[in-house]
Amino acid sequence: MTAATVTLPAAAVARSPGYWSGVARRLMRDPVAMAALAVIVALVLMAILAPYLAPNDPSKGMMLRRLKPIGFAGFPLGTDELGRDMLSRLIYGARLSLLMGVTPVPIAFVIGAAIGITAGYVGGLPNTLIMRTVDIFYAFPSVLLAVALSGALGAGLTNALVSLTLVFVPPIARVAESVTTQVRNLDYVDAARASGAGAFTIVRVHVLGNVLGPVFVYATSLVSVSMILASGLSFLGLGVRPPEPEWGLMLNTLRTAIYTQPMVAALPGVMIFITSVAFNMFSDGLRGAMDVKS
Amino acid sequence: MLIYAVKRLVYMLPVAVGVSIVCFLLVHIAPGDPLTAVLPSDASAELQAQMRAVYGFDRPLPVQYGLWAWRVLHGDFGASIATGRPVATELANAVVNSLILAAVATCIGFFFGTLFGVVAGYFRGSLIDRLCSTLSVLGVSVPHYWLGMVLVIVFSVELGWLPATGGGPGGSAGRSFDWAYLQYLLLPAITMSVIPMGIVARTLRALVGDILNQEFINALGAKGLEHRGIFRHVVKNAAPTAFAVMGLQLGYLLGGSILIETVFAWPGTGFLLNAAIFQRDLPLLQGTILVLALFFVGVNLVVDIVQTSVDPRMQRA
Repeated sequence: MTAATVTLPAAAVARSPGYWSGVARRLMRDPVAMAALAVIVALVLMAILAPYLAPNDPSKGMMLRRLKPIGFAGFPLGTDELGRDMLSRLIYGARLSLLMGVTPVPIAFVIGAAIGITAGYVGGLPNTLIMRTVDIFYAFPSVLLAVALSGALGAGLTNALVSLTLVFVPPIARVAESVTTQVRNLDYVDAARASGAGAFTIVRVHVLGNVLGPVFVYATSLVSVSMILASGLSFLGLGVRPPEPEWGLMLNTLRTAIYTQPMVAALPGVMIFITSVAFNMFSDGLRGAMDVKS
Repeated sequence: MLIYAVKRLVYMLPVAVGVSIVCFLLVHIAPGDPLTAVLPSDASAELQAQMRAVYGFDRPLPVQYGLWAWRVLHGDFGASIATGRPVATELANAVVNSLILAAVATCIGFFFGTLFGVVAGYFRGSLIDRLCSTLSVLGVSVPHYWLGMVLVIVFSVELGWLPATGGGPGGSAGRSFDWAYLQYLLLPAITMSVIPMGIVARTLRALVGDILNQEFINALGAKGLEHRGIFRHVVKNAAPTAFAVMGLQLGYLLGGSILIETVFAWPGTGFLLNAAIFQRDLPLLQGTILVLALFFVGVNLVVDIVQTSVDPRMQRA
C-alpha cells in the first residue's frame, strides 16, 4: 500500500462537466474491467437471490452423507463435514462474505476522507496532530492490526467489521490529506478565498471535486484486500461464527477434510479468489479510465 | 545525511510511543475484566481486590501505562497467563522462527517479482508483459491462506513430497539447516512469497517503464551505448526503490504471518498470537503485537535511511 504517493490527475483543474461520462465511456471500452464488473454484479445477484438459486437448505446436514465428492447425486459440489450441500452454502456464503468484505471500505472511505480533507485543508498544528495520530495506526501492518483489534474485541460479525474499518481509515486519510494539501495550494483556491468564499464553500466547490476522485480510486483498490482480510478473520475464527455460511469460515471448518475430500475443501477459497481478482481488475480499469497515476 | 537520519529517528519516536499506547490499550478495550482469566469465578471480593493491586489494575490508566512501559523497556513483558512462563521467553523463539520464514519468503518473492517486473517493463504491451502483469494481479489477489491449503493438498496429500505442517523435524526446539528442515520450510515460504512477488513485480514494471521513457536513456542510446550498458543504467535507477519495497515487505510479512503460520502450524509469532487470542492470554497478545509492530516501525526507519543514503533525491522534508 503506497498511500502517500497518489498524485493529482493532470486534468483535474480543467475538468469539464463531461468528465464522468468520459470515465464511463473509457471504462466501457476496457474489456477486462467490464468482465470484472460482470463477475461482481453476478456475485451480488447471487447473494441477493440466494434463496431462489440454492437447490438445498444450506444449514440442513445429515451425518450419513458427510463429505461427499463433487458430482454426488443431488449435490453437484458435494457436501461438507456435516453433510450440508456445498453448492447451497457457497451461494448463501456470498451474503456474509460480501457484506464483511465490502462494507468496511465505504465506511472507512467516508471517515478517512473526512479526516484527511479536514487535516489537509486546515493545515498547521491541527494537521500535524491529526496526521501523526493517523501515522500511529498506519505503523501497524494491516493484517496485524485487524487481528489485534478483533482479537481483543472478541469474535463476531460486528467486531470484525469495526476492526476492518479501523484498518482502512488511516491509509485513506493519508491519501485524502496529501491530495487536499496539493489542491489547497493551487491558485484558484487562493482566488476563491480572495473573492470572499468561506472555508465550507471552498471545500464543497473546489476541494471535494478534485479530492474525492483519486481517493475513491484508491479506496476501490482496497476492496480486494478487505475481502481477503475479512475472510481471513473468519478463517482464524475471529469473524462470523458457525454455523453461518461464510467462505472464510467454511474454509476453516473444512481444513481437516483435505485428506478425504481435497477438492471440496478448497472450494470456498476459489470463491474468495474470484471475488478478490474481480475487484482488483475493476479497480485497475477504473484507475486507468480516470487517469489517476499511483 | 547524518542529520537526516537523526531527524527520521526523532520523528519515529512519537510513532513508536503511540504504537505502544495502542498495544497497551488493546487489553483495556477487551470486554470483561482482565482478571477473569487468572481468577476462579468464585473468588472472594478481597482476593479480587488483592489481585487487582498486584497487577496494578487499581491505579489510573496513565500510571498503569507508565509502569508497563517501564517494564517493557527493561525487557519484561510480564508472564503468559496460559503457561506462566515469561512472555519474553515465549517470544524469543517464535520471533526467530517467523523471521526465518519471512526472510526466505521475501527472497523468493523478490527474485521472481524482479524477474517478472523487469521483463514486463522492458517489453511493455507485449504478450509477455500481459502474462507477467496477470501473474502479479493474481499474486496480490489470492487469499494466501487458501493457496497454502491448495499447496498442502497438491504436494503433501496427493504427491506426498513434502510434510503438510510443522516447524521442522525436531519440532520448534532444534533448527538445523539441512534438507529435513528445509522440507518443512518450503511450502509456507512459497505460499508467503506470492504477496511480495506480486507487489515487487507491479512496482518494477511501472518503474522500468518510466525509466526507459526518460530522456537520458534516449541520450545514452544516441551516444551509441549498447543494450547491456543501458540495462545497467536502468538497474542502477530502479534498485533503490526495489530494495525499499523488499524491506517493507519483510516487515509486512512478519506482521501478517498469522494466517500462513496457522495453516502450516509454523511455530512463529503468528501461531503464538493465535494461541493468545483463543486462550484470552492478554499479556502474550499485548507483547507479541508490540514486538511485531515495533519491528515494522524499525524496518520502515531503516529502509527510509538506507534508501536516502543511496539516492539523496528521495529525501523527505
